[in-house]
Amino acid sequence: MIQGVLILLLCQLAGELLMVWLGVPIPGPVAGMLILLLGLMIYGKVPDALRVPSEWLIRHLSLLFIPAGVGLMVFAELLAQHWLLVILSILVSTVLTLILTAWMMQKLEQRQLGRSKARGDR
Amino acid sequence: MEIANFWVYFAARPLFWIVVTLVSFMVATWINRKAGGTALLHPVFVAMLMIISVLLLTQTDYSTYFEGAQFIHFMLGPATVALAIPLYDHLARIRRLLLPILVTCVTGSIFAAATTLAVGILMGGDARLLLSLAPKSVTSPIAIGISEQIGGYPSLSAGLALLTGVIGCLTAPAVFRLLRLKSDAAMGFALGLSAHGFGTAYAVQTSAIAGAFAGLAMGLTGVLSSLLIPPLVRLFGL
Repeated sequence: MIQGVLILLLCQLAGELLMVWLGVPIPGPVAGMLILLLGLMIYGKVPDALRVPSEWLIRHLSLLFIPAGVGLMVFAELLAQHWLLVILSILVSTVLTLILTAWMMQKLEQRQLGRSKARGDR
Repeated sequence: MEIANFWVYFAARPLFWIVVTLVSFMVATWINRKAGGTALLHPVFVAMLMIISVLLLTQTDYSTYFEGAQFIHFMLGPATVALAIPLYDHLARIRRLLLPILVTCVTGSIFAAATTLAVGILMGGDARLLLSLAPKSVTSPIAIGISEQIGGYPSLSAGLALLTGVIGCLTAPAVFRLLRLKSDAAMGFALGLSAHGFGTAYAVQTSAIAGAFAGLAMGLTGVLSSLLIPPLVRLFGL
């Protein structure tokens, strides 16, 4: 469990440092996720010590967004002034993006899987 | 007077705001369950409103609250790293779908930011607000970075990204029903791409495959958006 937490933190640290060093604007945690994925691919399996804390964190992911979300109160005035624009632009864009990407992904997935099946390399 | 002192003593402790956050979330989860799990009363959204009300009633400013809440916020980093595990679990399937994933993600990342800007410009919003809205489909920590880079308000972007997450989870079930979507992979991917961490948290509850694809979409959208959004906003003349 402690080993697993340590691995997660080390990957994040490595990600932060690597991005600063490379000067790429990708946040450390995302780089850390890619580093961990690479590490797992090399290692060949997920050790239980890592899986247990990871799945615990993922299960409670939504809780972790609350502190940042409360920060909206700082912009109460701006939001009160432009609330319709904010809601409409987010709503329209999100619904359209959901439609486009879900449809695209399913279509492309069917095509790709159909093709691999035809070639017989499942 | 006595009670006021008591309040000052407790409110000054970071621990207090951690407790408030956790209790609010538990109460919000309970309310959500009582209401039949409707996304309109998303636990995070309800908890946010409850905490903001407490802060306003007690005249506490956000920085004081964050002194405590930052310990919860901090775990967002390791939790993002942990998303590598579901990715690894479904690596075979992801590898087979690599091309659809990349094509959909590039298109979706550009489309999400472009449609937001288009609606915003049509409604005549000011530039700084629009710039803060542009990274709305990107997970909060990345949205902050992008916003900083293009000249929006970073902390507003983080909040707007959360709002997008709530709206995404709210509308997704209807959208998927409308499209008669059958593929769990496509559902997860669309959720992670449009509604980042919220969508991912929602997809995890649907199925493991949806969760893995959502995590992948969230990470990939974050990475691609940080490269694509800066040139895109220039294209919109902002």
